[in-house]
Amino acid sequence: MSGKVIFLLSVALSSAQQLCTPGASDGYKVRLSIRTALGDNAYVWSQNELFLFRATLAFAMRNHFDGQDFQVANIIVCDETPRVSFWFVVTWPDDATRLVDGGEVEQAIRKSRKRINSAFLLNDWTLEFVGIAPTLAASQLPATPPWLIAFGVVMGAVGAGFIILVVSAAVQKRRKKKENVEDVAEDEDSDVEAPAPKPLKNGSVRHEPSGVSNIAFSDDERVTQM
Amino acid sequence: MSDTAMDKTRDVQEEVTWNNKIEYMLTSIGFAVGIGNVWRFPYLCQIYGGGAFLIPYLIALVFEGLPLLYLEMAIGQRLRKGSIGVWKNISPFLGGVGIGSMVVSFLVCNFYNTILAWVFWYFFNSFQNPLPWSQCPLNINRTGLNEECVKSTPVNFFWYRQTLNITTDIETSGSLQWWLVVCLACAWLTMYICIIKGIQSMGKAVYVTTTLPYVVLTIFLVRALTLPGATDGLVYLFTPDWEILKDPQVWLDASTQIFFSLSVAFGGLIAISSYANEKNNCEKDAVIVGLINSGTSLYAAISIFAILGFKANAGFNSCLKENILVLTNHFEFSDQNITADNYDHWVEYLNQTNLDELASLQLRPCKLKTFLDQSASGTGLAFIVFTEAVLEMPGSQLWAVLFFLMLFSLGLSSMFGNAEGVLRPFCDLNLVPKWVPQELITGAFCLMSFLISLIFTMGSGNYWVEVFNSYVGSVPLLIIAFFEIIGVVYVYGMKNFSEDIYFMTGKRPNLYWRCCWTIISPLMLKIVLIAYVVLQAQKHPTYPAWNPDYELFPKTEVKPYPDFAFAVIILLCAMPVVSIPLVALYKGIQKVRERSSSREGRNPYGNDAFEIEAQ
Repeated sequence: MSGKVIFLLSVALSSAQQLCTPGASDGYKVRLSIRTALGDNAYVWSQNELFLFRATLAFAMRNHFDGQDFQVANIIVCDETPRVSFWFVVTWPDDATRLVDGGEVEQAIRKSRKRINSAFLLNDWTLEFVGIAPTLAASQLPATPPWLIAFGVVMGAVGAGFIILVVSAAVQKRRKKKENVEDVAEDEDSDVEAPAPKPLKNGSVRHEPSGVSNIAFSDDERVTQM
Repeated sequence: MSDTAMDKTRDVQEEVTWNNKIEYMLTSIGFAVGIGNVWRFPYLCQIYGGGAFLIPYLIALVFEGLPLLYLEMAIGQRLRKGSIGVWKNISPFLGGVGIGSMVVSFLVCNFYNTILAWVFWYFFNSFQNPLPWSQCPLNINRTGLNEECVKSTPVNFFWYRQTLNITTDIETSGSLQWWLVVCLACAWLTMYICIIKGIQSMGKAVYVTTTLPYVVLTIFLVRALTLPGATDGLVYLFTPDWEILKDPQVWLDASTQIFFSLSVAFGGLIAISSYANEKNNCEKDAVIVGLINSGTSLYAAISIFAILGFKANAGFNSCLKENILVLTNHFEFSDQNITADNYDHWVEYLNQTNLDELASLQLRPCKLKTFLDQSASGTGLAFIVFTEAVLEMPGSQLWAVLFFLMLFSLGLSSMFGNAEGVLRPFCDLNLVPKWVPQELITGAFCLMSFLISLIFTMGSGNYWVEVFNSYVGSVPLLIIAFFEIIGVVYVYGMKNFSEDIYFMTGKRPNLYWRCCWTIISPLMLKIVLIAYVVLQAQKHPTYPAWNPDYELFPKTEVKPYPDFAFAVIILLCAMPVVSIPLVALYKGIQKVRERSSSREGRNPYGNDAFEIEAQ
């Protein structure tokens, strides 16, 4: 009796082994780079970890096929290496000799890729399914391109600078006019000196429409020495 | 009347001068120190044998750079006019030199601000996480990454496609890229607001634009020295290769680099000095500006190469990592058994045991030197190599922002000098009536330049910038500088010039200056000019084109310039210098006509109040 059981078990095992071979068409190779990803916090790969992997895969298969109760036993692993890489195949829960089609397995893994990765604290590149490309992150295009915001800020500053310049120029002009008015009023009030034409600095030219300057005498002293 | 009352009522046309000496020095230094100090000199230093290049560079500085600098600053300060007025004063036949300077400055203004527009674009794009040049965008179907990006690199793709949207060759113009137009407008508006009040506003702006680059370079240097690989870059940069001194090309490049780096012959230095105090010691100023310019080049080279050393190290490490992964996957070794440190041992071991398998893997050979050799100059350094380096540094956004801010300051301070080199002589021409305010003239200049530089925002814009860069800022400047020095030393006379300098500084120029001005500098300039023209004329000019359909893509395709581009090149070289003979001819004809006609010259001692009585 026990012999029969052992025989059946070995047949089952061998058939399972035959189902999972490196290079199987419906199987996939998995590579884990735990030390690369986690460095000093790396965990050691053990049979327990392998069990978790098989369980996670079964979870992924269940997610993909509604109603099918995949078990850990349905995930068959072979050809383990110290790299931490191995091949796996998936069998149907109701028929352990039939393999789930490779395409379906790929879709199932794709759907639950993030969950599988997070179970092992890895990412798409450190937990590699050879043949299943890592999912590309969808580019998040914000509503306004960020560079326009920076541009708006700079232009706003420049515009503010212009406004300040114009305003300050106008204010200065008004202040000068007020001073001139006050000067003229002062001059009119003070009776000390008779109003004389505005004196000129030595060598400068009076800008009047009439009259021609005689530059031959420009270097003369304004006040002759005694 | 008291003296104070006399002083209060000043003449309307009073001269404009710098507020203080510092503003004057900062503007001069800012004009001389430009983007070329950061992206041209380190490259030359590297390809010409590191420390050994400093020898021809310093010799060129001492015998060619400093004398020209002193000459320009002295005549500007003495004659107190822009380049046109100055040369008219020295000799009416040399008025064309001033016009040539003005034309060159104007052409340079146009394309230089386009570079600033690119810097602005990168600056704006640095405020996002992740940086847009760090990864490839998805392609149209969203099935994979953009093909052009994958074949080249994300950094190249961002520069050639998303910034320039470059066409395949110079003949295909493409359309105006709106984002570049916007950035160009921004650059010109910033420029306008800084020069709107002439040197009053410029003098304030240079406090920031001239000092900021030094601060940023120091920050980069300190940061780079704390990163791995920086010392490799510095060692590589400065390891002297004395053999290189035998190559005449090195001496030529050193002379041209000094010449273009100091920004002589643009007329900008003359314009800047014309606002200086009349009794200012321009000898000391010239030496200071020259030494600071070269010092900045050296300092920038150190900073840049520290960063590039870090980048090469990062590239080398990633190359190693790739190979390690291939080996680990193929031979099923345990993860991280092979590391960067024991990589060589493993390869040796595998060579002995599994030679065939190893060969079949076709590993990429990783050598640090290959990565260090991947340098570039010009826009390639700033927008491709350096942006890639910044990606590897922690806190990339900050470094990118700082870098582009520095480039912008460097460019803007040089633009100030260029603008002065156009506006000051333009005022000398007295074409515009006096009641037109200076702000309007400056605004018109900025608007016109903006409209012309829209050419460079088209698809083929980068190719045209290269054309302008290589041909406007080279041969015409050499010719103008040659005529400058001959004009002052031989036409104006060394004696007169010495007297002027005695008037300004209180002492006559010593033997070194006189020797350089009369013999050494003109000779050097002549040799450099002839050698440069001969070298350029030997080969039909070509340009590197970015063509995604090229078979060797991502290498750039080397194409010869088409005929119309060639015609433009000749025009650009000839336009500035053609004024020299034209004006000389015109004045010559005028003089001949005057001499032959009646002697009705203005007698300066004539008293027009009395009519000349007919005999």
